[in-house]
Amino acid sequence: MLSQKADHIAYTTRIDRAAARLSLAYILVAFSAFGIAALFGMLQGMVRGGLFELPGWLNYYQILTAHGVLMGLVFTTYFIIGFFFSGIARTTGGSLHGTALRLGWIGFVTMVIGTVMDVVTILSGDASVLYTFYAPMKASPYFYIGTALLVVGSWLAGYGMFASYAKWRREHKGERSPLFVYLAVATMILWQVCTIPVAVEVLFQLIPWSFGWTPTINVLLSRTLFWFFGHPLVYFWLMPAYAAWYVCIPRIIGGKIFSDTLSRVAFILFLLFSIPVGFHHQLMEPGISPAWKMVHVVLTLAVVLPSLMTAFSMFAVFETTGRAKGGKGLYGWFKHLPWTDVRFFAPFVGMLFFIPAGTGGIINTSNQMNAVVHNTIWVTGHFHITVGAAVAMTFFGVAYWLVPALTGRKLTATANRMGMVQTVFWTVGMGIMSLAMHTMGLQGVPRRTAYTTYMDNPEALNWIPWQRVMGMGGGLLFVSAILLIAILIYLAFFAPKGYTEYPIGETDGEQAAPALLERWTVWLSVLAVLCVLAYAYPIMEQIQHAPPGSPGIRTW
Amino acid sequence: MQVHRYEKIWLAIGGAVLALFIVLLAVNAFAMGMHPPSDMQMIDPQKVDQTPPFDKPGLKQIGEKEYDAFMTAYAFSYAPAVIEVPVGSKVNFHVTSKDVVHGFEIPGTNINFMVEPGFVNSASQVFDQPGEYLILCNEYCGAGHHLMATKIIVK
Repeated sequence: MLSQKADHIAYTTRIDRAAARLSLAYILVAFSAFGIAALFGMLQGMVRGGLFELPGWLNYYQILTAHGVLMGLVFTTYFIIGFFFSGIARTTGGSLHGTALRLGWIGFVTMVIGTVMDVVTILSGDASVLYTFYAPMKASPYFYIGTALLVVGSWLAGYGMFASYAKWRREHKGERSPLFVYLAVATMILWQVCTIPVAVEVLFQLIPWSFGWTPTINVLLSRTLFWFFGHPLVYFWLMPAYAAWYVCIPRIIGGKIFSDTLSRVAFILFLLFSIPVGFHHQLMEPGISPAWKMVHVVLTLAVVLPSLMTAFSMFAVFETTGRAKGGKGLYGWFKHLPWTDVRFFAPFVGMLFFIPAGTGGIINTSNQMNAVVHNTIWVTGHFHITVGAAVAMTFFGVAYWLVPALTGRKLTATANRMGMVQTVFWTVGMGIMSLAMHTMGLQGVPRRTAYTTYMDNPEALNWIPWQRVMGMGGGLLFVSAILLIAILIYLAFFAPKGYTEYPIGETDGEQAAPALLERWTVWLSVLAVLCVLAYAYPIMEQIQHAPPGSPGIRTW
Repeated sequence: MQVHRYEKIWLAIGGAVLALFIVLLAVNAFAMGMHPPSDMQMIDPQKVDQTPPFDKPGLKQIGEKEYDAFMTAYAFSYAPAVIEVPVGSKVNFHVTSKDVVHGFEIPGTNINFMVEPGFVNSASQVFDQPGEYLILCNEYCGAGHHLMATKIIVK
């Protein structure tokens, strides 16, 4: 009976070759970028720790730009799209239809062209402007065009997913959509909306100005448009990790999804409250009034609610599953979780990292406290435990089953054990590095700064030992990254042929979700109102009462 | 839509703490006047050297123990190079950029703000302890960013 059931599951969870190939293409680029970026990250840590000096032909800020662009924009975006396409195929019958595949591939090619343009301009030294590309530092126009193509390609991929969703709904009138598809669609809607302001910045401000067609640029406006995009960007990283937590993790640990409806509600709240909040990245800036900053601070903090919902759901799943497996007493269930299964262990450690990470985020966004940490290396520590731990470790955990599931191979016991070792290295490395970064940040050590003692300033000299600790954490992370790449290459090309499950959780019995949740016009309207409230007046002011513009300068 | 009882309690506590937190932030900002640096004053970034008072960056005494420090930031330094004030002085920093975006931070104090071309940004600090305070740029501004610093000497 059991084996029959397992066979049945095996049959229904396979993904057809066309969808698997599309997904794998994205995952391949994601981890190639990850590997290069990890090397640069390690070098930065060594340089800043005073342990190593870069050769003359390689500049610190050049590899810092490459690290940020490749990790923050390339690794994440490609992985997310690859993961979503595979999950949509998996939960809608095992394949993607023609339109979705076509848009997926056109998007992929567009993104690759953009990525190559970015990498070439960065490596040739024409775009050492970091991944925030703040004007009036002026990079090569081809860097901005490359970035635009990266975004446009991701839009096309998103349309492919929307097409799959629309097709499913046409064929299943009145039914609730699969949870994975819903969460993917909500994330890609967030992405479509939040990339509009940065597209406006790149297309109408940066590109014409960097070609010399317009002499000057409105600096404050460009920064506002960037952060209109910059904060939801972090939710674009987080939401796919949450989708894996909500949908895949319950299946991996042998439990049920806590609540289908609450998962959907949490994603709607993330969609609404992660966009109209960008001024909390600009709290220390001139030209934006304190009142408007406060509006954004309050909206930012609203995101605490869906975050708490997610935390509750996760631990509710852990406890109910542990108890169902015989866990007794207040904490007995804890022992019954699959601690030696990397598919669970890596994302679980990521969740633990998110507890201090979220707390740090609340500190960053708090009006006054931001003055202590703004642009210090505390912030770097913060996003290394959010995106670099909570998100990245979830993606690693997903990759360990996704890659063999797509290539028709087995996640072997050895690969699983090596994955556990990799996870421990990442955990210790990130723990050490982020602790050093947070500690130094509170002392005022600036972020995004090469090795310096400020002419042997006694205060700055005191920071060096901590910088060395940070560098050592980076070294451990690099070891972990090499291990990860090696395991993934094994799983993709060398592991024994066989079946690896694509874990998709089920709910406990039939759960009814309000139809309102799938009425996207309603949610998009609410989102539009929030964006207009938060941004229309300040942006109008920034355009109408702008100081004389700035000409572009190359300062590197 | 049904919500588990424990989850309701959890969210209610979380929501209440959040509300309290927002109220405290607002009181801090609006009743106690602790706003982040948000100067709205504008300047032509290409004419900083011709625009008073930034044509002659420096210290100006405006009270018994109060000074205005008009400073410019540029790749990769600040003007004036060194500032000296007596212990117990309040210094109102007014800083603008002649080129790209810079930062202005004094580690160990709450002075930390962005310096952007086109705007003057300001913040104040009382220096109660004698010593040399490091002023550094904490926003990447180019190849020499890590060298961009100056100091304020409090005697």
